[in-house]
Amino acid sequence: MNTEDFWKGLWRENPIFVQVLGMCPALAVSNTARNALAMGLATLFVLVASNAAVALLRNFVPKQVRIATYILVIATFVTIVDYTIQAISLELHRALGAFISLIVVNCLILGRAEAFASRNSIGRSVLDGAGMGLGFTLALLSLGAVREILGSGSLFGVALFHADFQPWVIMLLPSGGFFTLAAWLMLFGRWRAPDA
Amino acid sequence: MPEQGLGSIFLNACLINNFVLAYFLGLCPFLGVSNRLETATRMGAAVSFVMLVASVCAFGIERVLVAIDAPYLRLISFIVVIASTVQLVEMFIRKTSPTLFRSLGIFLPLITTNCAILGLALFQTNKGYSFSQSIAYALGAGAGFTLALVLMAGLREKLDLAPVPDPVRGTALALVLAGILSMAFMGFAGLGV
Repeated sequence: MNTEDFWKGLWRENPIFVQVLGMCPALAVSNTARNALAMGLATLFVLVASNAAVALLRNFVPKQVRIATYILVIATFVTIVDYTIQAISLELHRALGAFISLIVVNCLILGRAEAFASRNSIGRSVLDGAGMGLGFTLALLSLGAVREILGSGSLFGVALFHADFQPWVIMLLPSGGFFTLAAWLMLFGRWRAPDA
Repeated sequence: MPEQGLGSIFLNACLINNFVLAYFLGLCPFLGVSNRLETATRMGAAVSFVMLVASVCAFGIERVLVAIDAPYLRLISFIVVIASTVQLVEMFIRKTSPTLFRSLGIFLPLITTNCAILGLALFQTNKGYSFSQSIAYALGAGAGFTLALVLMAGLREKLDLAPVPDPVRGTALALVLAGILSMAFMGFAGLGV
């Protein structure tokens, strides 16, 4: 059992900050830390489950129909997640809206199925899915936290500033999402870049 | 919901709630294919066409699913229909125009995993649009996607020549651009349709 399969998703191959995959849900629901966390966990579950299923099926699926099979597997798990969230918290389900269903077309999940799970054992695939999912969740949280702190002056709904804090409404709007992700990417780009 | 005119649905999907800049749908092709103006235009056209077909199909499927009382199959059937539509379009383009086929290359099959298309199918179902309203919505979304893609490609072609610090180059810069474009598009909310 190689723990590297797990750790690489957290930092070295982080889905959002390094591979820049699966950004649609990352930007759309990261306006509060709570939504971001829920979305991250939902994606984590689908990623682990679909990686396991794809790894199980990898020797039985003909090459020509593999993508269609993967998408069907993913869509099944996403439907499960969709109905589960609806049962646990209707309010959260409304806040996330159609973006739960849109996990199906998150390129990250199909990408891991095709690039990793289709040619590795179940154990390694589950580890890979867990690492990537956790990396995705962390990245989403770091986006959601920044946007919520600046945009509403709170974190997980807890107010952080005095009542006279003037929230930066722009951070809650779509352009705020683009700017926050760009800022993180620049920061990490500077960090990784060899000293010039 | 109040009866909306077809024109206002079109403008709404195209400008005010632009799929890319307000809903963050279809960001992968938006960032991946917007390097050159020509490819961007073609990609926009291909996506718009698939959107139109997918919208009509989604409308039909939803009717069937309601009739047999199986809403939990919605997501799976939508994605299967979209995947087969893309496959059909791919075969059709390969037969009729090999040049276009070559220039679109890998992006054509990738339209399947373009969230804008599944998003369109889901949104029109959630909003309960009639058949003609769905078509107006799909046309608007396609036009909006193409518009955003072409604007972005035009800006990025210019930016290639600009002196930019290294850590910012690439995706980060594209995202800043997208943010500014998105702010500009917010102005359309004043149209009030």
